[in-house]
Amino acid sequence: METDLNSQDRKDLDKFIKFFALKTVQVIVQARLGEKICTRSSSSPTGSDWFNLAIKDIPEVTHEAKKALAGQLPAVGRSMCVEISLKTSEGDSMELEIWCLEMNEKCDKEIKVSYTVYNRLSLLLKSLLAITRVTPAYRLSRKQGHEYVILYRIYFGEVQLNGLGEGFQTVRVGTVGTPVGTITLSCAYRINLAFMSTRQFERTPPIMGIIIDHFVDRPYPSSSPMHPCNYRTAGEDTGGTYPSVEDSQEVCTTSFSTSPPSQCVFTVTKAHFQTPTPVVTDTLRVPMAGLAFSHQLSSSRLSYQPAALGVGSADLAYPVVFAAGLNATHPHQLMVPGKEGGVPLAPNQPAHGAQADQERLATYTPSDGARCAATPSSSEDTETVSNSSEGRASPHDVLETIFVRKVGAFVNKPINQVTLTSLDIPFAMFAPKNLELEDADPMVNPPDSPETESPLQGSLHSDGSSGGSSGNTHDDFVMIDFKPAFSKDDILPMDLGTFYREFQNPPQLSSLSIDIGAQSMAEDLDSLPEKLAVHEKNVREFDAFVETLQ
Amino acid sequence: MLTHPVPETVLARVAPGWGEAPPSLFLSPSAVWAAGCRMNCRSEVLEVSVEGRQVEEAMLAVLHTVLLHRSTGKFHYKKEGTYSIGTVGTQDVDCDFIDFTYVRVSSEELDRALRKVVGEFKDALRNSGGDGLGQMSLEFYQKKKSRWPFSDECIPWEVWTVKVHVVALATEQERQICREKVGEKLCEKIINIVEVMNRHEYLPKMPTQSEVDNVFDTGLRDVQPYLYKISFQITDALGTSVTTTMRRLIKDTLAL
Repeated sequence: METDLNSQDRKDLDKFIKFFALKTVQVIVQARLGEKICTRSSSSPTGSDWFNLAIKDIPEVTHEAKKALAGQLPAVGRSMCVEISLKTSEGDSMELEIWCLEMNEKCDKEIKVSYTVYNRLSLLLKSLLAITRVTPAYRLSRKQGHEYVILYRIYFGEVQLNGLGEGFQTVRVGTVGTPVGTITLSCAYRINLAFMSTRQFERTPPIMGIIIDHFVDRPYPSSSPMHPCNYRTAGEDTGGTYPSVEDSQEVCTTSFSTSPPSQCVFTVTKAHFQTPTPVVTDTLRVPMAGLAFSHQLSSSRLSYQPAALGVGSADLAYPVVFAAGLNATHPHQLMVPGKEGGVPLAPNQPAHGAQADQERLATYTPSDGARCAATPSSSEDTETVSNSSEGRASPHDVLETIFVRKVGAFVNKPINQVTLTSLDIPFAMFAPKNLELEDADPMVNPPDSPETESPLQGSLHSDGSSGGSSGNTHDDFVMIDFKPAFSKDDILPMDLGTFYREFQNPPQLSSLSIDIGAQSMAEDLDSLPEKLAVHEKNVREFDAFVETLQ
Repeated sequence: MLTHPVPETVLARVAPGWGEAPPSLFLSPSAVWAAGCRMNCRSEVLEVSVEGRQVEEAMLAVLHTVLLHRSTGKFHYKKEGTYSIGTVGTQDVDCDFIDFTYVRVSSEELDRALRKVVGEFKDALRNSGGDGLGQMSLEFYQKKKSRWPFSDECIPWEVWTVKVHVVALATEQERQICREKVGEKLCEKIINIVEVMNRHEYLPKMPTQSEVDNVFDTGLRDVQPYLYKISFQITDALGTSVTTTMRRLIKDTLAL
C-alpha cells in the first residue's frame, strides 16, 4: 500500500527494515552462542553501526539471513523466522524457540521515517538484546558443550510453531509502526522441556549430568539445514578471506563511511598440514597445562577445514584438552549442515583425559567448518563445501587432517595417533622420542620396586625432561622417568615422586576391614544401648555445638 | 501498574559529573513535583523479593535494563542543526548470586555510578534493622530554565520504582531454590520493562545543541543517557519512610 511516502523515504524505510532484519538475526544467534557478548561504545560515530548499536556481524549468519530473505522484506504473511533448537550428542533434537519478525497492515502514516522509525527500531533492538537473555533457552545455550549444542535456522514465510510442544509461551519484544505497516518482533518458546531418551545404545556419561531440566524426545526430521550457534568469528585483527558482506558498507543515516568487512581467519591450507600456519600462531600462546582458554583461541580454530573424521588440525598446535573438545563437538556439528539429523559421524568421545573445563571450550569450536570455511581462491567452493555434510565433497580443500593430541600432564591414555614429529608442540625438544605405551605409564602400572635408588625415571609428557631410561628388567615396556610436573628435587628431602609412590597404596583402614569386624551382629546390637546412653549424657554438648554452627 | 506520586522527601542526586546546585529540590514546592507527576510523568512500579546478598545484583539488573533503553550514543552536532549519534555498545553481566544474566550499556562510568548508589541502598537496608523493606527510584527528568530568581526546574517524565523485600533464608537448599526463583522473577521484570519501553509513549524531543544539557546527561564519555536521578528510601510495612536520606541531601547542598 503505497502512501504519500516519497521515494526517498520509501527507499530509506526499505533499507532500515532490511538491516533491522539482519541485525535481529545477528543478535539472536549471538545470544545463543553460549558465551557472553561484549561490544564497546564509541563516542565518535563511524557511520557503519546500524541503529547506533555496536552489534557485530558474523558473516555466516548474515549470509544465511540473506539467503533466506532472498531479496525480499518481511511483509504481511511473509515473516522472517529464526528457529533455535537443541541437538544432543546422540542426535535427538528439539525446537526451543521461534523468533518472528512480522509485518502487519496497520500503518502509521504520520510517522517520520528517517527519524522516529529509525530510533524506534534502535530501541527495539535494545529490547531484543535484553529479551534474548531472559528466555529459558539462554541458560541452556550457556551450558552447551558435549552433551548438546544449540542450532539455528532461518526461514522466511509462514511461521511454524508446531515443534514447540504444548503450552508454549509467547513474549512480545516490541512493535514499531511505519507508514507501510507495523513491524512486530516476538518470540514463542517452549516451556515443556521433559526429555526421555529412547536410545538403546550405551552412552558414556549421562547427559543429564549438568542439565537440571529434562528434555522431550521429539524426533523431528529437520527439513532445512540447521546451523550451530557456536560459530565464532575471529577478531578483526586477524586476516580474513571470507567473502565479505558488501552491504555492511551501506550508509546508515547521517554519515557515510565504509566499514571494514568482517574478517575471519580462513587460511585453509590446501595440502600440507605439516607446516604450521604462521597466521594464527600468535593466538596460540597457551601454556600446555593451562586449561583456561581465551577468546583468541577461537579465531585460530577457524583456520582449518575439519574433515569427515571430525578432528582437529595438525597445523596448529593445540593442547590436548582443546583438541579433545574439538573432537567431542565436531561430530555433531559437522553432521548438521545439509544433513537430515542423522547420527554423529564419529563416536563422541568427550574425554580422553579432557578436563571438565571443556564445557566452555567446546563452544568455541568453529563448529561448522563445513559451512563457514572458504577458500581464498574461489567462492563457489564455499557453496560446495557448505552444502556437503562433512566437507567431504569439496575437492581440494578438505584434506585429511591428522588428529593431533598432545599428551597433557597426568594424562593416562595417550592415543596412538599422536604424531609428534610433525607438531609444533611447546617444549618439543623434551618430548620423548618413543611413543609411550600404556603399559609404560607408571601411573597406570606402578612398578613393584624401584630398581635403583633414585625415583623411577620416566616422563609422562613432553614437559618433563627426557631423562632416558634407567635400567629395567622388563623388555616389554620401557622404564621411563617419572618426574612429576613442577616438582623440585632440592627443596624437599623426599622427592615428590617417591612420596607419591609410597603413599599411592595406603593400607586399609582397620575399621573397614572385615576381619576385625568379626563381631557378630547380635553383639553390635547389644552394645547399642550403652552407646546411646553415653550419647544422651552428652546431649547438652551436642546442642551447644549445633548452636555454634547456626 | 498504579501511578503514585514521587516520594517527596528523598532525592539524592546521582548523576556523575554533575556540578550544579540542587536547590531546586528543596525550593520547589512539592506541589510542583506532584503536579508534574500527575500531568505528564508516567510511573512504573516493580517489586522483588530477594535474599540479602542478592539485593545489589537485582537492583543493578533492573536499573541497567532501564538505562539501556534510555541511553543513546553521544551527540555530535554539526552545522545546520544536524547531528550524528555515537555508537552504544552492550555487554552481558552474569550475576553471582542469582541465576540470571542481564545486558548493560558498555560504559564503565555509568556502571560505577549505579553500583555506588546501589551499594548505599544495600547498606541502608542492612543497617535499618527494619523489616527489610525499601525501594529505589530511577527518575528521568527534563530541566526547564526559569527566569531569575527562580532556579531551574526539574520536571520528571518517567519514574521507575523498584520495591525490595529482603528475606532471610535458613538452609542452603532454600538459598539454591531462591537463586533460581529470583532469576525467573527477574526475567519477568525485564519482560515488563521492555513492554513499557515499547509502548513508545512520551519521550522528550530531541534537543538543539543549546538545549541538549536540559534533556541528556552529557557528562559521560561514551554514552548519553537521559537526565536521571536515583534515590532510595527504607520503608516499614506501611510504606512510610523510616530512614530518609536527608542527611545526604544536606551534604550535597553544602558540598557546593
